[in-house]
Amino acid sequence: MEQIKPKKITLNPFEKVVEKLYELFDNNVLRYSVLITMTAFLVYLPRASSLFTQEIMTNMFFYVVVCLGLNIIVGFAGLLHLGYAAFFAVGAYVTGIMSATYGINFWLTLPFSIVAAIIAGLAIGAPTLRLRGDYLAIVTLGFGEIIRITVRNVGITGGAVGLIGIERPVFFGIVLNQISHFYYMFFILSIIAIFVSYRLYDSRLGRAWQYIREDEDAAAAMGINVVTTRLSAFIIGSCFGALAGSFFAVKMTAISPDSFMFIHSIMILLAVVLGGMGKIPGVVLGAIIVTIFPEISRDIGQYRLIIFAVILLVLMIYRPQGLWPDRQFQSTKK
Amino acid sequence: MSEVILELRDVETRYGQIYALRGINFQVKKGEIVTLLGANGAGKSTTLKTISSLVPASAGQVLFMGRDITYDQPHSIVEMGVIHVPEGRMIFKELTVRENLELGSFTLKNNAERKRRIDHVFEIFPVLKERHKQMGGFLSGGEQQMLAIGRALMTQPKVLMLDEPSLGLAPILVQTIMKIIKQINDEGTTVLLVEQNAKAALKLANRGYVLETGEIVMDGNAAVLIKDESIVKAYLGEEKHPD
Repeated sequence: MEQIKPKKITLNPFEKVVEKLYELFDNNVLRYSVLITMTAFLVYLPRASSLFTQEIMTNMFFYVVVCLGLNIIVGFAGLLHLGYAAFFAVGAYVTGIMSATYGINFWLTLPFSIVAAIIAGLAIGAPTLRLRGDYLAIVTLGFGEIIRITVRNVGITGGAVGLIGIERPVFFGIVLNQISHFYYMFFILSIIAIFVSYRLYDSRLGRAWQYIREDEDAAAAMGINVVTTRLSAFIIGSCFGALAGSFFAVKMTAISPDSFMFIHSIMILLAVVLGGMGKIPGVVLGAIIVTIFPEISRDIGQYRLIIFAVILLVLMIYRPQGLWPDRQFQSTKK
Repeated sequence: MSEVILELRDVETRYGQIYALRGINFQVKKGEIVTLLGANGAGKSTTLKTISSLVPASAGQVLFMGRDITYDQPHSIVEMGVIHVPEGRMIFKELTVRENLELGSFTLKNNAERKRRIDHVFEIFPVLKERHKQMGGFLSGGEQQMLAIGRALMTQPKVLMLDEPSLGLAPILVQTIMKIIKQINDEGTTVLLVEQNAKAALKLANRGYVLETGEIVMDGNAAVLIKDESIVKAYLGEEKHPD
């Protein structure tokens, strides 16, 4: 039988650096020592840094959680979602209303937040995920705006002012009210999110998502139920968002419709695409860049967003697959 | 050899306003190899897609073992035992051969059974065993076709539908693939074969149907069809002059 040699691929300098990094991370000893050092550093950080740094880091961990949630939908299952902030708002408002208005313990609101996310996910996903193409993007975009405008105009959500006085959570007798408390809370949450993402990625379901992402017809022809598999990605991703929203609500103690604007959906999507869709370390990297870059570049003042935009454009031209992309398994369809 | 396993009754399929199938009728009996012949655009691939429900029929009925499956979902048709090897093979280039095969047994939860089926596929295609750790994209065209067929066999189908397995392959490989299809058929799987390579297909098949612009214009025993001048003239060398 004839043999086909893999084509020699020429790499641009940037890709060479990335390939080198890949090779380095193939080494288990190195990988685990880096991970352990990083974890130790992050655990120690609040003791040795300013409140400002802790605030940014907390925000970063929060972004890691929501980006990993969106990554399940966009990266794993290949569904374009433009209204993720709405799901995050669902979680935040469920916790906010239950806690501020009815005084229910924060931890007890979490299951309700998940149920609300499942209902919202089903309502949006069930009709649209049967269709091919970009309908989901349009519907999620619309849903994002509907939720924002609804919470702005409904009494129970406090209208445009929002909800204030969400109670601080109590964890084994400690009232979580310091920024360092939330730092650790979101740190732990992001570790859980990373772990869950890896478990999902390697699961039967995760495989099915990736098959559908790469070739819907081939996946269907092999006996995968395309609609329910996609719907499960959509709902699991929505639950991540809603949970993160609940924790966001108790951290801020006040939420308003402005926290859930379209721009937030786009920033989260940006982090996922920038880091590398479907690749868990890539998405974490994207979340870090999107949250840290505007902060460390505060010195250059008003220009930072322009510079950020230029960097993004350059990256999209030379590295459209993201900084640290997932392996793609395109099918041989012509 | 008499029980009808798959039957199409007045099936019409259209893409928007354009009719790809204009009411076709045919039967496949258990244990047969039936081939669908025709030029480009005649509706051969659409027929298979209609059966596997990737493109649902707009009118008519598809019956599998007497049961109406016209509007069933693609995945449940696979579970019933009708599997479609699509044109262009659709294997995943950056998954290994073994991973591609595992995809075929996606509906199966029993690991021991999965391993047994993979071994069976390796028995039929020894070359896949040699290369089981390689990525699908590094296989040759013929090997990719074998992988696509192997992946379909992982579901232990009752009916195997192949869409142009000889497409783009060297003549020697076409013979190999045809031999393997025969072997699979001998093991008891019914085969519905779509081909442009009419000669190779008719040599193998029991019966054949000829499609032209969405209608069946001729049918009969393969041994009879192969002697028909008009078929040989119309469909040999067709690949050189696609319309």
